[in-house]
Amino acid sequence: MIKLENVSWKVDQFALAGVNCSIPEGKYAVLMGATGCGKTTVLEIICGLRQPDGGTVLVADVDVTRMLPGERQIGYVPQDGALFPTMTVAEQIGFGLQVRREGKERIVEVVSRLAEDLGVAHLLERTIHGLSGGERQRVALGRALAIEPRVLLLDEPISALDEDMRDDMMALLKRVQVKHAITVLHVTHSSQEAEQLADCVLRMEDGSIINRELQG
Amino acid sequence: MSRLVKFLKAPWHFMLRLRRDPNARFWFLISLATAGYVLFIVAMLVATAVHSTPGDLLSALQSREIQHSIYLSLLTCSLTALLSLLTAVPIGYLLARRKFFGKALVESILDIPIVLPPMVIGLCLLILFQTRMGGFVDSVIPFTYTVFGVVLAQFVIGVAFAIRTMRGTFDQLSQRPEDVAMTLGCSRGGALWRVTLPAAGKGMVAAASVAWARSLGEFGPVLVFAGATRMKTEVLPTTVWLELSVGNLEGAIGVSLLMVFFAMIVLVAMRMAGERW
Repeated sequence: MIKLENVSWKVDQFALAGVNCSIPEGKYAVLMGATGCGKTTVLEIICGLRQPDGGTVLVADVDVTRMLPGERQIGYVPQDGALFPTMTVAEQIGFGLQVRREGKERIVEVVSRLAEDLGVAHLLERTIHGLSGGERQRVALGRALAIEPRVLLLDEPISALDEDMRDDMMALLKRVQVKHAITVLHVTHSSQEAEQLADCVLRMEDGSIINRELQG
Repeated sequence: MSRLVKFLKAPWHFMLRLRRDPNARFWFLISLATAGYVLFIVAMLVATAVHSTPGDLLSALQSREIQHSIYLSLLTCSLTALLSLLTAVPIGYLLARRKFFGKALVESILDIPIVLPPMVIGLCLLILFQTRMGGFVDSVIPFTYTVFGVVLAQFVIGVAFAIRTMRGTFDQLSQRPEDVAMTLGCSRGGALWRVTLPAAGKGMVAAASVAWARSLGEFGPVLVFAGATRMKTEVLPTTVWLELSVGNLEGAIGVSLLMVFFAMIVLVAMRMAGERW
């Protein structure tokens, strides 16, 4: 579950005021809104990369507002994947586990299982140069899933992909969410993605989340 | 035969093309300006190189004083490059990643050593070490007229260039991967160490190289702050000046060519590092 209570944040001319929203456990939520309305900022506040000026962020009923990003157990996939420039695909996926000082065998086991699941097993020894947009997103997704996060935050994971890859990626995202029984918050401005993926749709306007529709 | 005719006709065809094609004229003029400047540099180096015989130059380089100056230059420049890199990485990172009050002022202050006349930097250092605080530091680690002073005088200028290079490097590396590393359990410092620094390898080599190369040619501040004592604080630029002042042109040329050689090595090393990363 992800819950924001009266979250506010302001810098220069840009402000989020009293943002409230709740995403039930295990649901796939899609957050929509115009470009520059603060969707990415909301994701960054949830995963701890920005400190809100006020309000509370709850993840799985735990108040994480003052926790460090790494303590929140949140998987974050930014817009372009933001892969690590000098690491191989295997090192990227195993990075979170390595930081947590997991054993080598466990890292290898998790990396190969996730790579198999996400269809990047044949890329494990490659560096990120020359990977396609879809492959990059899959690697970034694997990297986020490796730490077994409580929630997954996706910032426009599909918008940069070619038309014919989008359906594949959407199917993959839905499959991953069901398999890992994970709460997902997916930011996009595509209503097609919302229709195909969302259990609930959140809309962002004028610095606050004003509408919430539950589907199904 | 036909190839020979083609070869002989080539200048004629070229002239015709220049007459007809304004685009070709434009690139020809630009290439001419570039070629003129490149030739000028090569002419300077070749004239210096062929002025004396290799034997004269080698015997000049066998002087004990000059050998000590070569050793001291290599040692101090390497130390300066290392210290410059250690200083430039955190400062370059701060400037690239954070906005803060007075940032423009801080950036201007960091650029002062680049625009200040080198001799003035030496004088400022000398006066700083005449103050009470400077005197205290000098009593713990003697800087004025010592090898430490040579390093400090080289460092003041070398580090300014290294900071510019590192700032440019970090500007080009997105912060996003660091953010992701933090969500995966790294501290900000850990993310810098594990993700950004490995990606900044080329920039770090460039920063250390530029500091090294600047330090090798630094004369004014070293002369004023550390002096020109033979076998003690004499570095290669000081040697050129000392040898010229006693009329030993061969010695001055020999040392100058050696400095050209070192500069070439730095250039090649930077190119190779650039290709590796």
